[in-house]
Formats: sequence, structure tokens, C-alpha cells
Amino acid sequence: MQLFRSHVLVCGGTGCTSSNSEAIMTELNEKLVKNQLDAEVKVVQTGCFGLCEEGPIMVIYPEGTMYCRVDVKDVPEIVEEHLLKGRLVTRLLEASSQVQEDEQDIEKSSFFKKQLRVALRNCGRINPEEIDEYIAFDGYKALTKALTEMSPGEVIQTIKDSGLRGRGGGGFPTGTKWDFAAQQINDEKYVCCNADEGDPGAFMDRSVLEGDPHSVIEAMTIAGYAIGATHGFVYVRAEYPIAVHRLQIAIDQAREYGLLGDNILDTGFKFDLEIRLGAGAFVCGEETALMTSIEGKRGEPRVRPPFPAVKGLWQKPTILNNVETFANIPVILLKGADWFASMGTERSKGTKVFAVGGKINNTGLVEIPMGTTLREVVYEIGGGIPGGKQFKAAQTGGPSGGCIPASHIDTPIDYESLIELGAMMGSGGLIVMDEDTCMVDIAKFFLEFTVDESCGKCTPCRLGTRRMKDILEKITKGKGVMSDIDELETLARDIKASSLCALGQTAPNPVLSTLHYFRDEYEAHIRDKKCPAGSCKALLAYEIIEENCKSCGLCAKNCPVNAISGNKKEKIPFVIDPTVCVKCGVCFEKCPFEAIKK
Amino acid sequence: MKTIAELEAIREKTLKEVGMRTDNDSIRVVVGMATCGIAAGARPVMQAFLTETQKRDIHNVTVTATGCIGVCSLEPIVDIIDKEGHKVTYVNMTPEKVAKVVLEHLANGKVCSEYTLKENQ
Repeated sequence: MQLFRSHVLVCGGTGCTSSNSEAIMTELNEKLVKNQLDAEVKVVQTGCFGLCEEGPIMVIYPEGTMYCRVDVKDVPEIVEEHLLKGRLVTRLLEASSQVQEDEQDIEKSSFFKKQLRVALRNCGRINPEEIDEYIAFDGYKALTKALTEMSPGEVIQTIKDSGLRGRGGGGFPTGTKWDFAAQQINDEKYVCCNADEGDPGAFMDRSVLEGDPHSVIEAMTIAGYAIGATHGFVYVRAEYPIAVHRLQIAIDQAREYGLLGDNILDTGFKFDLEIRLGAGAFVCGEETALMTSIEGKRGEPRVRPPFPAVKGLWQKPTILNNVETFANIPVILLKGADWFASMGTERSKGTKVFAVGGKINNTGLVEIPMGTTLREVVYEIGGGIPGGKQFKAAQTGGPSGGCIPASHIDTPIDYESLIELGAMMGSGGLIVMDEDTCMVDIAKFFLEFTVDESCGKCTPCRLGTRRMKDILEKITKGKGVMSDIDELETLARDIKASSLCALGQTAPNPVLSTLHYFRDEYEAHIRDKKCPAGSCKALLAYEIIEENCKSCGLCAKNCPVNAISGNKKEKIPFVIDPTVCVKCGVCFEKCPFEAIKK
Repeated sequence: MKTIAELEAIREKTLKEVGMRTDNDSIRVVVGMATCGIAAGARPVMQAFLTETQKRDIHNVTVTATGCIGVCSLEPIVDIIDKEGHKVTYVNMTPEKVAKVVLEHLANGKVCSEYTLKENQ
């Protein structure tokens, strides 16, 4: 083993990889050799740090300096200044944190200060392709403890006592689920991991698999021990190539170390894992559809009960947990149920990872204790809304969830409070919307998604969601009538009541929730034929305000369809011909005098 | 197959290598690595700190670089800062002197006063 004086951690998550972090690593290695630093400085590829907005991210230890938006051509300067001479490259420090030179530690930046990383504890700290690094940070210690010091019943009791609930959306108590499966007497049981993250905008499961795959392997093995299963499956979508690749490497390394296989840690316990790739159907994130898909059949949900814990994969007792849920298990066993239960609120314990996106400065992945308010997430961790715009609402739970309006921004985020507001925790997608977002349009967007993704088994979901989408389309085109709102509500109620699985049962939620909080916007679209947010094209009309217009002609010059006429010399005022205008908005953007309104 | 004891050995060994990513309360060895320092031989001094601490199995120490502090004539300059923030400055360092500093100061907590700034001004 060689000791290095400095470790340079480069993010190898999907976000940073797509902005060229691999080339940065190659360049870094070359420059280190050139400066003869390769024996002193080690380059480590890690998982996601969470601050995807500012990627590619590089963190240099022991100082803990975080460099953001690093480009390949910044690398020579980082090597020669920071690594060789010990001087900070201040222009690359995290911009939003306003860190001073003496306080350059990433832990102290506004983005990380309020976070509590439990499920993401190793993401951005270890090299996910090195099992030894996982082991160094207490990896496989929980498994050792479970196998040597605890009975399966004690493991289940610890998980129950911790209050951990499913992080995939449902929020069912994990320990209780395990207990159901453990009570079944059968020659074969299965442990499955749901990594078929389908919510548009959510990517925490991908990040855990990319940044810390061993935590999932360890937790699944513990689950196997707890319920008496010897075989497990990770169902992961094929659109996550980096996650699949690293998970396979991790499984191979665990097998090599005998942490998966026949006689784990010489205790006689036997467990092994396989990866199953999903083809990207949203419905396969539903537990019964997922298991049907693992069996090699068309991914469609089936009636419950029997629940998977009784009859799951190949009719055998099966537990299915989400990636993030599993990532919490090893820490709970090591630090104890009380430690975990001390975080969070009365009925929602621990932390939750959110993928924050939309109209927000720090797009990325944040892990917060349950009970943190939406305001803290948006304004402190998220760094507020770009362009000083007003916060309007946040959508949680993706296409199954609902929105939280600005009036409820101080709501603590936990399972119960969100349901009370008509939203839901879901898998943790959090999309921030500002004053320019039209709520009817957002509802339409999510319905378009469910229309595409409905598996078609139940008629109300297959046809009902399409009918709802048609009505919303009509409204956004200015052709709605007031009775459309009633029809939307009737359809929503019927679809929810008569669909087999959660996809259909929750599909109308975005419409119901926006109708509840923003009914006036729907009415404005229908009655006044106006889109208050100015986003529905069909309802927009661009006009030139004569008093503000200086007749510079920029708008006419930039108009792609020559819809604007006028002449300064001949004093003919500039006007937009609405019959020619395609409402592209170029004139609005180009006008230097704010003389165009929409 | 690894046994529990082997797993524990891997943990201990790797933690020495990756511990710097979490452990911030270790002793800091700061080597002046500006142009003046490098010209005066800071590179082999830095290397010597790394190899000597490793040889003596000392791992509560982080070795980092810093810029020029102004007394270029005394380079290579090395600051050793303990957990409480007390600083000892060694000047005109060489790899041979480093071996002694690592043994006496880092391993046994005794300042090698003959190499300090105080004695060499």
C-alpha cells in the first residue's frame, strides 16, 4: 500500500460524466505525471456529490476543497497551483456558497450545511469500484454483526424499532414487511431491490448505485438473513448504464471476498444476487409488475392480496425494497434503532433524499432530516430561484404526487404532512416552479407521462387518463368550457377508484392538486382565455406598447416570420400582426426597452 | 473467501489510506512548495515525510503543501501544526532532517529544536 498526501476526488456520476469528468480525470493523471506528483497525489473516481448544477465537481483532500464547473483546461492550473504549490484556485470554488479562503471546507458550504447524509454517506467519498474503500468506512461491518451477534428476529426488531419506512413512495414500515416474509414457511424466499426509478426528475437510486453499490448489496444480504432467503434480484433500468456497470463490479468483488456466495464470512450463511435489467416501463416500478417482469413475462400488475411477502416472485415469499431504503439498513444496524429514530418527526424517522430540479439555483441531490421545511430546501440548500423570481409551488412525488403551493412553504416535509396537502413523498422528486409556470400546463405534462406509461390492463387508467389529457389540452388551447372542470373531477374520482395499481390510482393526483390550489388558473384559461403565467402559447398575444417603443426596429429585424412592421424615418409605429405571429417570443426577449408585453 | 478477521485487517489498512477524507483533527505537516521552496529542495522533503510516516506507521498526520511565506532564504520550510493549533516551524530542511523530525516530533512528541526557526535565524 502506498500513502498519498492528497486525494483528488472527481465525480463520476451520470451528471458529471456527461459534462466530461472522465476527460478531466485523464488530463489530471497526465499532468500529475508531468509534474512528478503521481507518487504523492491520488486520483479517485467517486459517485455523485449532489451538487449536479455546479458539475463537474472535484474535491481535494485533506483540505476538503471543492472545485466546481471544472473544465479540462483548468486541470493544469489546479495541479500546478493547488497540488504543487498549495495555493487555492479561487475562481473555481463553489460560487453559491460564498466561501472564504479560510473556510473552504465543503461541509461548511450552504449546500451541505443543512444536509444530513445517511443513505448518501459514501457517495462522493469512496471509489465505488473499490470494495476496500467501502470496507474502510465500516462497510460489511453491519453484515458481520448481523451474522455473528444477532438472530434474524433481532435484525427485524431493530429495523422495526428504527421506524424506517419505504423510501420508494409508499412509506410502508420496512421492518413489518420483513416480518411478514420471515413468518412464511417455504423452501425458497427472495429479496428484491427496486431500482427501476421511473419518476421524471428523480435520480437518487441511480446515485446510490453509482456511488455506493456495496451498501445495497450488504443490506440485501442482511435482508436475506433476516427473512431466510438465499437469492436476490436487483431490478434496475437499462437506461442507467453506469449504475449497472458499477453494481456488477461490486457484486463480482463481493463474491471474490466471499461476501456473497455459499459460506459468507465462514458463518455457513448463503446468499447470492443477480441483476435484472428493466426496459424502462414506468409500470415496472410497481411491485407486482416488477416481479412479473423478473419472471420474464410482460410487466403488468396483478391483484393484491396476496401480497409479495406471502406470494411474490414465482409464487414464493418475497420482499421488495427500494434502493434508498436498503442504503439505510447497514447504518441502522451499526448505530442502532434509537440513533435512527432520533432523527426526523414523530411518524417519519430518519432522512430523505430529494432530487431537486426545476426553477432552482442548485439543481441536485440533497439528503435532509425528515421535518425540514420546504423553505429551507428551496432557499437555503437550493440557493433560491434564478432571476429573483417568485416561488409558486413545488411538485413532489412526480406524476403520482401533487403540488405544494407557496402558502404552505413552511410545511415540514414528512410522509403525513405531504399527504395532508394532497401531495406525497413519492420517491423524492422535487420540482420547483416559479411565477412563469402554468399549473394547467404542468398537470397536462404529468398526464401526458401517465398516458404514455399506462400499461393498458385497466380501462379506466388506459382510456380515462387519455380523456383527461384531451380535456387539459383543450383548456390550454383556449377552447375549454366550464363543465370541463367538473368532468375532470368526475374522471379523476373514477380512475382512482377503479384502477388496479398505484399508477392508475395516483395518475389524477397532479390534476386534483392543481385544481385544489390553482382553480383560478383553470378558470382564467376557460373563461378569460388567458394564461396568467404567460406560458400557454395558444392564449398568448404579443403586443407593442407604443409609449415605450423607441422604434429601434430590433424586434422587426429578429422576427422569424416578418410579423412586425413599422418605420422610424417615416414615423410609422411598429405593430405586430397577430395573424402572422407564431408567438415564438423572440421580440419579447430582444426588446431593450421592455416595450413588448404578452 | 475472507474471514471476519481478514475483513477487519482490510478495514484497518485501507482506513489509513482514505482516512484523510473524514478525519480533520490530525497533525498537519505543511511544506512550503512555492518556486523558492521547490528550488531549495522541498520536493524530496515532501517525499521524505510521506515515506518516513509510512515507515513508522504514523497515520494521524496529513501532509500538505503551501505557498511562499516570505523567508525564501530559509527554504525548505516546514510547519508542523498540532491538533490545538500550536505551530512549530522547521527551516532549511533536508530528507535526513525529516527522518529525525518524524521520529522525534511526530512519533514521540518532542520538538527537534536544533532545526527550528528560532535556532536558525
